[in-house]
Amino acid sequence: MSVSVAILGAMAVLYAAGVYLLLEKSVTRIIIGFLLIGNATNLLLLSLSGPPGGPPIAGSGRPSSDPLPQALILTAIVITFAVSAFLMALVYRSWRLAQEDEVTPDEADVAVGRGDQPEPEDAASDEESEFDRVEKDELRTDANDGGVQ
Amino acid sequence: MTALVPLVVMIPILGAGLALLATGRPRTQRTIAAIALTAVLVIGVVLMVEVADGTMLVMPVGGWPVPFGIVLVVDRVSALLLTVSAAVLLAVLVFSIGQGIADGDDREAPVSIFYPTYLVLATGVFDAFIAGDLFNLYVGFEILLVASYVLITVGGTEPRIRAGTTYIVVSLLSSALFLAAIGAIYAAVGTVNMAQIAERVAALPDGVQVLLHVMLLTAFGIKAAVFPLSFWLPDSYPTAPAPVTAVFAGLLTKVGVYAIIRTETTLFPGPELNPVLLVIAGLTMIVGVLGAIAQADIKRMLSFTLVSHIGYLIMGVGLGTAAGTAATIFYAVHHIVVQTTLFLTTGLIERRAGTTTITRVGGLLASSPVIAVLYLVPALNLGGIPPFSGFLGKLGLLQAGVAQATPLSYTVVGIATATSLLTLYPLVRVWNLSFWRPEEQVAAGSRLTDQLHEDPYRPAETETRSLAKPMVWATAGMVALGLALTVLAGPLYDYSAQAGETLQSWSVYVQGVLDR
Repeated sequence: MSVSVAILGAMAVLYAAGVYLLLEKSVTRIIIGFLLIGNATNLLLLSLSGPPGGPPIAGSGRPSSDPLPQALILTAIVITFAVSAFLMALVYRSWRLAQEDEVTPDEADVAVGRGDQPEPEDAASDEESEFDRVEKDELRTDANDGGVQ
Repeated sequence: MTALVPLVVMIPILGAGLALLATGRPRTQRTIAAIALTAVLVIGVVLMVEVADGTMLVMPVGGWPVPFGIVLVVDRVSALLLTVSAAVLLAVLVFSIGQGIADGDDREAPVSIFYPTYLVLATGVFDAFIAGDLFNLYVGFEILLVASYVLITVGGTEPRIRAGTTYIVVSLLSSALFLAAIGAIYAAVGTVNMAQIAERVAALPDGVQVLLHVMLLTAFGIKAAVFPLSFWLPDSYPTAPAPVTAVFAGLLTKVGVYAIIRTETTLFPGPELNPVLLVIAGLTMIVGVLGAIAQADIKRMLSFTLVSHIGYLIMGVGLGTAAGTAATIFYAVHHIVVQTTLFLTTGLIERRAGTTTITRVGGLLASSPVIAVLYLVPALNLGGIPPFSGFLGKLGLLQAGVAQATPLSYTVVGIATATSLLTLYPLVRVWNLSFWRPEEQVAAGSRLTDQLHEDPYRPAETETRSLAKPMVWATAGMVALGLALTVLAGPLYDYSAQAGETLQSWSVYVQGVLDR
C-alpha cells in the first residue's frame, strides 16, 4: 500500500502540535490540542483508503478507493464535533466560576513534590477582582516573553 | 431469538429520546427510564438462558452479510455482563429517583437531563458488550463516555468542573488512541470485524502484532484504570453525585476490562504480552490498595480499592488460561455488584452524617443500624471474607495462578493475597471509626487517623438530610443481589467457567460469527 507523503507529514505535524497543546494548563489550548489530534487521526484513517483520485464506488472502470475509512472518518468527525461543543461549554462554565480557564494544580501532587501533607484549598483566593486578574495576566505575558527570549 | 439482540441497544436509546421529550415532567421521565431498564434486564435474562448451551446469537444489523455490515454478537460472557449491568443500572436508578424525590428540587441531578443522559450511558454500556466489530465497540465507548462527561459535571459546581476536566481530557486521549489503533489494524488486516481480525492477525509479522496489541491495550488500560494509567480515577470519581459515582465505579471500568478480555482472547490470543499483564496486575493491586489506606474520605478510599481490584481482573486475563479467564468473569460480576453497593451506602452515610470524612463521622451504628448492616455486608464481601462471593472469586483467581506454577504467577498470587488482607484494613477502619466509636471519641483523634490524607477538595459539610425509602431499598436490593451471587455461586461459576473455556479456544468465536 502506498501512502501520500504529504498526508503523512501533515498527520505527524498535527499529532505533534496536538500533544504539545494537550499538555498545556489552559483548557482552551487543551481543546485546540484535542481538535488537532482528532484531525490527525482522521488523516491517518484517510491515508488507508488507497491512492488519491479513485472514486469510492466499485465498478466505475477506474481503480476505486476503499469507502470504509471514509465512513469511519465521518463517524469520528461527528463524535469530535459533539465532544468539542461540550468541552467549550465546560470551559465557559469554568471561566464563569473562576474568571480563568486554567486547570488548578492538584494540591495532592504539589504536596507530594514538597514531601508534606496538603492543606485544604483556600476558597478565598478565588475571589479576586477583575483588575487583579488583568494585572496578573500582563505579568504572566511578560514572564512568558522573557522566557522565550 | 436473535431479534432480541438489537433491542438491548434500541430500547434505552429510544427511551432517552422519549425522556428528553418529556422535559419538565419528572414523573414521566422516571417511568420511562425504569421501564426501559427493566425491559433490558428481562431481555438480558432471556439471552443468558438462550446462550447457556454455547450457542452464539449473531445479528447482522441492516441485513448486510456478516463481514461487511455491523454485527452484534451475544455469547455467554456478553449476556452475563449485560444482565448484571442492567440490574445494577436499575438499582442505581431507583436510588437516584429516591434521592431526587427526597430533595424535592433535584439539586444533585437536574431532572431534565439526568434521566435521558443516564439512559444514553446505559445504551453505551450495552452496545460495548454486544459489539461484534471493533469500530462499533469504539462507538459504544464514545456513547457511554459522552454521557459520563455530562453526568460527572452535572450541576456545574467548581469541584465537579475541575474533576470533570481531568476525566474528560484523559478519556479523550484514550479514545484518540483507540481510533488510531483501529486505523492501524484496518491498514494491517483490511477489516474491523473482530472475528475476521482474529483470523487474519496471526499472518502478520510479530513486530506489527505486538505494536497493534499494545496500542489497543493502552487505550483500554486507560479506560479500565490499570496502573500506571489509573491516576485520573480516584481524582475524578468521588466528586460526582452518589448514584453517578456508584454506576461509574461499577460499570465503566468493567467495560474497559471486558474490552481487554476480548483483546486477549479473541483478537490477539498469543501469550507474548501475558507476563507484562501479570506484572501490571500486581502493581495495580498493590499501588491501589496502598492509596486506599492513606485516605480519610470514604469515597476516595473506595475509588482506590476499585483501582486495586481492577488488578485482580487483569491478573486472571494475564494468566492466559481458561481457569484464569473464568475467574476473571466471575470476579467482574461480583465486583460490579459490590463496588456499586458500597458507593450507594456511602451516599447514604453522606446524607446521614453530612460528610464522608471518617475523622468527622462517628456513632453510626447506634444512630442508624440499617446503614451499618448495608455497609458491613458488602465491605466484608469486597474484602474477601468467606463465604462471600468475593472470597470465591479470589479463590478461583489464586487457584488459576497456582495452577500455572511459574515464578511470576506465584509472585502475583502472593501480591493478590497480601492485597486482599490490606483491603480489609481501610474497610474495617471505616467500620471502627464511623460506625463503632461514639462521635466524641472520633473527634478527639487517635493513632488510626493521625496519618490520614484528607481530600484536598473536600466539600463543605452539609446538614443531615432525610433518607428516602427508595434509596434504602435500592441499596438493600444491591446488598441482597451480592448475597444472591454468593448463594448462586455454584451455577454462576459453572457458567463463567464455560464462558472462559469458550473464550480461550478462539476458533469458537470466529466460527460462530463467520458461520463456518
